[in-house]
Amino acid sequence: MNSDRLAPWAAYCVVGVGALIMLAPFYFMFVFATHSRTEIFSLPPPMFFGDDFLNNLKILTERMPFWRNLGWSLYVALASTALTLLFCSMGGYAFALFDFKFKNALFGLVMGTMLLPSFMNMIPTFMIMDALGWIDQPKALYIPGAASAFGIFLMRQFVTSSIPRDLIEAARMDGCSEVGIYARIVLPLLKPALGTLGLITFIASWNNFIGPLIVMRSPDMYTLPLALRSLQSPVNTEWGALMTGSAIATLPLVVLFVLSSRQLISGLTAGAVK
Amino acid sequence: MKLPAALRLSPTLAPYVFLSPFVILFAVFGVFPLAFSLYLAFQSWEPTSGLGAMEFVGLSNYAFALQDEWFWKSLKNTAWLALASGVPQHLVAIPLAVFIHTSFKRLRNGVVGAYFMPYITSTVAIAILFSSLFSTDYGLINVGINVLSQVPVLGGLMPANPVDWLNDPDNIKPAIAMIVFWRYVGFNVVLYLAALQTIPADIYEAATMDGAGRLQQFFHITLPSLKPMIFFGVTLSVIGGLQLFEEPFILTGGRGGSDQSGMTAAIYLYRMAFDFNDFGAASAMSWLLFILVAALTWATNRAFAPRKGTA
Repeated sequence: MNSDRLAPWAAYCVVGVGALIMLAPFYFMFVFATHSRTEIFSLPPPMFFGDDFLNNLKILTERMPFWRNLGWSLYVALASTALTLLFCSMGGYAFALFDFKFKNALFGLVMGTMLLPSFMNMIPTFMIMDALGWIDQPKALYIPGAASAFGIFLMRQFVTSSIPRDLIEAARMDGCSEVGIYARIVLPLLKPALGTLGLITFIASWNNFIGPLIVMRSPDMYTLPLALRSLQSPVNTEWGALMTGSAIATLPLVVLFVLSSRQLISGLTAGAVK
Repeated sequence: MKLPAALRLSPTLAPYVFLSPFVILFAVFGVFPLAFSLYLAFQSWEPTSGLGAMEFVGLSNYAFALQDEWFWKSLKNTAWLALASGVPQHLVAIPLAVFIHTSFKRLRNGVVGAYFMPYITSTVAIAILFSSLFSTDYGLINVGINVLSQVPVLGGLMPANPVDWLNDPDNIKPAIAMIVFWRYVGFNVVLYLAALQTIPADIYEAATMDGAGRLQQFFHITLPSLKPMIFFGVTLSVIGGLQLFEEPFILTGGRGGSDQSGMTAAIYLYRMAFDFNDFGAASAMSWLLFILVAALTWATNRAFAPRKGTA
């Protein structure tokens, strides 16, 4: 057989089967979310949707303050997105279009921390939050989160490539104030990059586990990932309810991803591809 | 709205004002913790006794860490996991990206999206799901293995008894590695796809004219052109693999698994601080681990960086 004609079909099969394997766990997460614990652990395991979703949700809300935990996740994610967008757009703009003392050294330092392993800050962060009295307070999550090196990188990159220095100079000549230039010229032009950074920040905060694990100590203050993990125990884990909770934690991400996958993928790999 | 001249920012002052919110947070929550952790690594301290009770102990935290059997074990586990999840990621992602690049046009975004999706979802939700999929008696993965074992030829390769994935010390690491592979392979596919787009098509046309087959083209054009991205991707995998925390943490109930065989270095230093209350030793371990990450990044850099004259 002609290998040139065979090759594309082999590629379609390999890539297609691989894609199904990638998506299968999501499918089963949503399927299991609609089954009771006994059904999940029976032979053969359920392959299609069942009718225990509401019952699982009931168990979930009885075992933990589920809606409250969900609310904290949402609140922290929104707050950290808002702060990150504001601070990183300001900082990225300054790095891109101004000249000032120690600019390159400071930018190098910020970029250097991007490569730093996340466990390095785990212990001192706990101690700082403890000293500040911020344990069990959502601001312990969204305020440090706003100092995003990645956000600075992304914003600087975008300002450099899409906002000409001349435009800023012209506005300055016309008597526009510095704050006015940022608010009326830079911010509107940054919209696409703000969208990307906003999505990435929201998702990272929503998924964050180590952060809340360190600073959120009482179940009433848990974010969703912590709450879900607390439901897991060596004996008598309510698997149906746990799957329902996991599915609810995953669904918004799947929706966001389907709506904006191209933007998200290019944003998340921006550091690599440039 | 015009501000009075005294309140208006001058162009020389403006960058400092724009940068200050970020820089202040960055200093307090990004740089200061690092300096503090370096200090802490030379102190003996227990969180219950207050900040005043710190005592300078020289290098003894480092000495303790280096003599600690569990620390070495956690390092070995981490290295094993980083290799077993990292190497296959690239071996699979490169051909996959080549297939997608050459054969997919219209469906491309959908396919790439399918591979990338695990990367953006909650590790905790995923790890919880997998701990049910890996369950011994009724887990879908063992059920799948059981079905495959009835198939002739292929069946001989399958284990005869249900695999105890999460409790048997020999199996927990492969289970974790599989999840990590599944989660990050799509990220690497995207990296390689981006690199493939920069290879000019006429090189392939010229090679085809010269009678080079697909495999020859792959090994003589594609692979060498991908080298910088392979370096970058492998570096990211090394850095990421050595900080593995969430997947094994959830799968082993936060304890590291039976015989500590799922305990990564990051989990161990978390436990050292928050379960065993030794913040000094935990900080020393984090710096030892940091040195290891930096050294390995440097070594990967050396191994993959184009030599002078050949590039």
